[in-house]
Amino acid sequence: MRTPAFTLILTAVAAALYFTFNFVGNDYLFFAGYTVLQYIVLATAWNILGGYCGYVNFGSAGFFAIGVYTTVFLYAVGQQIETLVPEFMLAPMQLIFPLPLPVMIIVAGAVAGFIGLGMGYLTLRLRGVFFAIATLALTVVLETFIVNWSFVGGSRGAYVIPPNEVPVFGNFIQFLFALMLVLVILALTTARLIERSKLGVGFATIRDDELAAEASGVPTLRLKLIATVVSGALMGMAGAPFPFYIGYVEPASAFNLSYAVNSIAMPMIGGTTSWIGPLVGALLLGTLQQVATVTISSAVNLLIVGLLLIFFVIIAPRGIVGLVQDQLRKRSKS
Amino acid sequence: MTDATNMTEPLLHIEQLGKRFGGFVALDGVDLSVPKGQRLGLIGPNGSGKSTLVNCICGTLQNETGSVIFDGIKVDGMVAHQRTRQGLARSFQLPRPFRSMTVAENVRVPLLYTVNARPGTHLSHSELDNRCMELLRLVALDGKAGKYTTDLTQVEMRKLELARAMAAEPKLLIADESMAGLSHSEVEDIVALLIRMNERGVTIIMIEHIMRAVMSFSQRLVVLVSGKKIADGKPEDVIQNKEVVGAYLGQ
Repeated sequence: MRTPAFTLILTAVAAALYFTFNFVGNDYLFFAGYTVLQYIVLATAWNILGGYCGYVNFGSAGFFAIGVYTTVFLYAVGQQIETLVPEFMLAPMQLIFPLPLPVMIIVAGAVAGFIGLGMGYLTLRLRGVFFAIATLALTVVLETFIVNWSFVGGSRGAYVIPPNEVPVFGNFIQFLFALMLVLVILALTTARLIERSKLGVGFATIRDDELAAEASGVPTLRLKLIATVVSGALMGMAGAPFPFYIGYVEPASAFNLSYAVNSIAMPMIGGTTSWIGPLVGALLLGTLQQVATVTISSAVNLLIVGLLLIFFVIIAPRGIVGLVQDQLRKRSKS
Repeated sequence: MTDATNMTEPLLHIEQLGKRFGGFVALDGVDLSVPKGQRLGLIGPNGSGKSTLVNCICGTLQNETGSVIFDGIKVDGMVAHQRTRQGLARSFQLPRPFRSMTVAENVRVPLLYTVNARPGTHLSHSELDNRCMELLRLVALDGKAGKYTTDLTQVEMRKLELARAMAAEPKLLIADESMAGLSHSEVEDIVALLIRMNERGVTIIMIEHIMRAVMSFSQRLVVLVSGKKIADGKPEDVIQNKEVVGAYLGQ
């Protein structure tokens, strides 16, 4: 299937989902759905570096938070524009600010991608567990930075007030949900495009054997940098609408461990070699967590992830997609 | 550069190459010149620096002193993939296939990333497929094109390693112990294969312990001991050399 056709089908599915939720008319569906969609973007983004290239990134929460705080920063600038810019600049600046959310998302993607590039340069010469530790350290550094930056709220957090009404969508949460659907389409299309291109072949050689990849002419460092930039940018974009969703952000919620854990666990459980894996994993785990939050308690969420992860690592190390592939292969042989 | 100077200029020229690992001197000022089209055998006891030499030539390791000039270009400081694109290919001592890919996909990687990366060449999908099959036919693996590398036998894995190196259309191929652990007939199979590749115009450096293979393959033999070149010349002369005999059998 060609990419435009694939994107068209995704868009159709997304639209159908949106109108079904709209038809049911319960806002809770949009709130819960938003979280699941956000995890699809995060898991797909993680998989571009972690699954395709084999570099396990523990810093997803950091990139997510870069997106979150880009929005907080741009929102704060919009709020305090009178005090921030000199008088003669005020009129043009007031034309730009407050920025619409979609623009904030794009800026957040650019910032996170840029930081991804920096992180890549610093850490991509490391392999395996050392790389994972370095990404974890990056998250800690970023969190410390944010905690001490009072303009974006520092440790006491920041309020971001969503508007009551948005044109066309009406309800703000429906608007956020629709935005997240667009990001899901973007993430899945990107992942699938990479997978089927020369870039995807290069990523797979890095995952399989970096020395052999270099000897075959693959510019491994450059490809890994591309992967961190794309992966980081998508994670940042996933985080950008979050302040509007939650209304109040503090470092502990933006840098929450559950983002890092979920964005690793979801592709692992779904399967890391194709774009379907993170989608399946995020749908399954994300929905399960939403159900558990309502029926039991949100405290049980990480426990569910942990148990499922252990189960899959032992029983089906190639994830659900791998399990299905094995079954199909068996059936075609017999 | 004119063709005339090209003829006299060696394809690979190494000068005073040195490399240490901590206090251990792996290469101690090695000089080597390889003319175009030659079949060179490189031997030496375990730990004599053969693999380090290959790694320094190919860019897997960076040499500390001296220089490597390949095809008239100084390649010191270039990373491995750049050297591959210059026409310097290698196979690994222990086969390192891309395990998530089929045999044909393995061979496709250098075609995509080396051949297609050179200015002026762009192979289409069908050309890529044809080239893959042609390379696999050369090493008699065309029947296994769709198989995963985990399904290959040891000798097939070595052949794949060579086919993948050849896919980069190298001017110089370094075969690092392509025959270790193979049976008598398999060794002959690989030697014949390397000679076929040489007949296609590829200069080959063969690193090997199996003397039978070395003697039937090499036009010239170089012996490395403790990071130093101790002999260089016609194979039949070199193996008579007292120093070489001493190094192998002990004084």
